[in-house]
Amino acid sequence: MNIVVCIKQVPDTTNIRINPETNTLIREGVESIINPFDMYAIEEALRIKEKIGGKVTALSMGPPQVAEALRTAISLGADEAILLTDRAFAGADTWATSLTLAGAIRKMENIGLILMGKQAIDGDTGQVGPGVAEHLRLPHITDIRKIEEISEKEIVCERLLEDGYLRLKAQLPIIITVVKEINEPRLPSLRGKMAAKKAEIITWNAEYIGIPVEEIGLNGSPTQVLKIFTPPKPGGGKVFEGEPADTVAQLLAELKTGGIQLGAAKEE
Amino acid sequence: MDYFLTEEQQMIRDTAAQIAKEKIEPLALEYDEKGIFPWDIVKVLGDADLFRVFIPEEYDGLGGGAFEMSIVVEELSKACGGIALAYAASGLGIIPIILFGSEEQKKTWLPRLASGEILAAFALTEPNAGSDASAIITSAKPDGDDYVMNGTKQWITNGGEAEIYTVIAQTDPSRGARGSSAILVQKGTPGFEFGKKEDKMGIRASATRELIFQDCRVPKTNRLGKEGMGFMVAMKTFDQSRPGVAAQALGIAQGALDKAVAYARQREQFGRPVSSFQGLQFMMADMAMQLEAARALTYQVARNIDAGVKNVAGISAMAKVLASDAAMRITTDAVQIFGGYGYMKDYPMEKMMRDAKITQIYEGTNQIQREIIAMHLIKESMRKEG
Ligand SMILES: Cc1cc2nc3c(=O)[nH]c(=O)nc-3n(C[C@H](O)[C@H](O)[C@H](O)COP(=O)(O)OP(=O)(O)OC[C@H]3O[C@@H](n4cnc5c(N)ncnc54)[C@H](O)[C@@H]3O)c2cc1C
Repeated sequence: MNIVVCIKQVPDTTNIRINPETNTLIREGVESIINPFDMYAIEEALRIKEKIGGKVTALSMGPPQVAEALRTAISLGADEAILLTDRAFAGADTWATSLTLAGAIRKMENIGLILMGKQAIDGDTGQVGPGVAEHLRLPHITDIRKIEEISEKEIVCERLLEDGYLRLKAQLPIIITVVKEINEPRLPSLRGKMAAKKAEIITWNAEYIGIPVEEIGLNGSPTQVLKIFTPPKPGGGKVFEGEPADTVAQLLAELKTGGIQLGAAKEE
Repeated sequence: MDYFLTEEQQMIRDTAAQIAKEKIEPLALEYDEKGIFPWDIVKVLGDADLFRVFIPEEYDGLGGGAFEMSIVVEELSKACGGIALAYAASGLGIIPIILFGSEEQKKTWLPRLASGEILAAFALTEPNAGSDASAIITSAKPDGDDYVMNGTKQWITNGGEAEIYTVIAQTDPSRGARGSSAILVQKGTPGFEFGKKEDKMGIRASATRELIFQDCRVPKTNRLGKEGMGFMVAMKTFDQSRPGVAAQALGIAQGALDKAVAYARQREQFGRPVSSFQGLQFMMADMAMQLEAARALTYQVARNIDAGVKNVAGISAMAKVLASDAAMRITTDAVQIFGGYGYMKDYPMEKMMRDAKITQIYEGTNQIQREIIAMHLIKESMRKEG
C-alpha cells in the first residue's frame, strides 16, 4: 500500500515580520520549514508504515527549492519524494493546488491513505485536504487526533471537535488531516540525513500530470486576494485589583459610567 | 572559528545541537534537581544514530572516532553536562571494546551499543584506589575457564543503568599493577550487584553507583586483551577518552558564555546594559579566549588520535586540563555576570558551575594530568640528551 503525505514548505512564522506598507510577509532572511502540521502527518505515516508495512511517498508542489523540504521528509524515513514543479503551477489558490495534487496522486498506484496537516500555517485555510478528496472523489476525515486501528482495508480514528471527539470508522482509500495532538514527530537520524543527501527527488511538471494549464496555477484559481492587512489589535481590557468586594464595586461603577443598565443587580 | 568540519561531521554537529536545544535543554534543570537518569534522551540519541559515530562500520557504526564523539559530547553539554555524560560514559565503556575486544566480543556488544539500545560503563576506581589506580584490590581469581570476582568499584558512571561493564580487576595480585586484567561483566550476572546511587554536587542527571562483586563468576572469554594488560587497557582507553571530557567541559563553558553574554545585553543597571561596562567586557573577552584556545587544542588532539598518532597521552592530558580548568573559570565568571540571579536555582548558571567542577576531577584529576604532561616533557628532554 502506498501512503502519501502531502507537505508544504512555509516560512518559519516564529519570527515572521510584515511589511506595514504593502501588508505582505517579509520573506528575506526567513528560514523555510515544513509546515509544522505536516510534520505530524509525516510522523503518523511513518508509524503506520512501521506497523502495517507499505511505502511512504512525500508529495509537494512548489518551486525547485521545495526539494529541501522533501529531503527532510526522506531523512525522517519517507521512501520516495515527488516534487510538482512548473511555472504553470505558480499563483495557485487552494482550488488549483488541490486539483494539481489530486492529479499527481492519480498518477500513483496502489494508494491506500493520503495524509496532510490540518492546515498550513501561512495560509491557514485548511481547505487543501478536503479539496484533494473532492477532486479524487475519495472520502476524507479532518482533524484526526488519534488513529486507533488501521489496516489496508479500514481505519478507526478519533476526530477532534471543540468539545470532545468523534470516533469514526471508514474504508480505505481515504484522505485524512491530522492535528498536533496525534504524535510527537521524530528528529531525523544521521543515516536518514545521509540517505536524503543522495536521494533522487522525482520531479513532475504540468504536462506529465496532464491537467490543462488554464485549470491550474493563477489561471485556474477562482480566489483573488484583494488586500492583506494586519487587523487592528483589540483594545486592552481593564484589570481591577484588590479584594473581591472592592473590585466588584469598581466594576459596577465602571459599567454604570459606561451607561450600562444594571437591571436587578443591587448596589451595596 | 571555523574548524573545517567535513560535511558528515557538520551533520553530526547539527543533529546533536538540535537534540540539545529541543530535547535536552527543556529538561535540564528538572533532571538535575531530581537526579533523573535520562533514558528518554538516550533513546533519542540512539534513534538519531549518534552512538554510531565513533563505532567502526563493521559493527553498525558510522566509522568516526574521538573527533566525532567529542563534537557530540560538546553539543549535548551546552544544554546539560549531566545528561551528556550518559552518552560520554558509554563511550568510555565502549572504547576498550573497540581497542582490545576480540571479533566475538565486538560482534556481541558493539551493534547493540551503536544503536543506543544499551549503554556501557568503565570501572577502575575503588574506595582506596583513586589517583593511584595501581592500588586496586578487586580480584578476579582464575578458576578453570572462569574468573571469580570479588570486591567493590566506586563512583562508576552509568552504574546500574549500563548493560555491559569493563572492569579492571586483579587476576594476579602478586604482580601488582602488572597483575590486573580488563574483564567484561554483564548486568545481571549472579554475584554482581549495585550499591546506592550517589547524591552529587553536579552532573546530577548522571547515575554514579558502586559495583559490588561477590563470588561473581564470568568466563575467561570475557577478558579484553591479555591477562596482565588491565592497566594498559585503562591507560589507552583514557588516552582516547580524555578529549571527550575536554569536550564536555567546552560544551558546558560555551553554554555558560552564550547565556552570560545574552544576559549582559539585556540586564540594565545605571541606565544601560551591563554589557556596556568594560569590567564585564574584559571578563567576557577572557572567557571567549580561553574557550577557543581549549577548543582548538581539544579538536587537534582528537584528530591526532583518529589519525593514529602514537604517544598521545601527554597531549590528551593537556586538552583535558586546559578545557576543564577553563570551564571552571568560565562558569564561575558566568555566575558573576548574572550577579545574584546567577546564584539562584531558577537560572541555569549555578548548575553549569556545579557541572563544570567534575571535569577537573574524573578520568584522572588535573593534578595527575599535569604529572603525565610533565613526565612526557622530562622523558623527551632525556631522549634528546641521549
Ligand atoms: C561523579 C564521578 C564519576 C566518576 N566516574 C568514574 C567512572 O565511571 N569510572 C571510574 O573508574 N572512576 C570514576 N570516578 C572516579 C574518579 O576517576 C576519581 O575520583 C579520580 O580519579 C580521583 O580519585 P579520588 O577521588 O580517589 O581522589 P584522590 O586520588 O584521593 O585525590 C585526592 C587529591 O589528591 C590529589 N593527588 C593524588 N595523588 C596525587 C599526586 N601524585 N600528585 C599530586 N596530587 C595528587 C588529587 O589530585 C586530589 O586533588 C568518578 C568520580 C566521580 C566523582
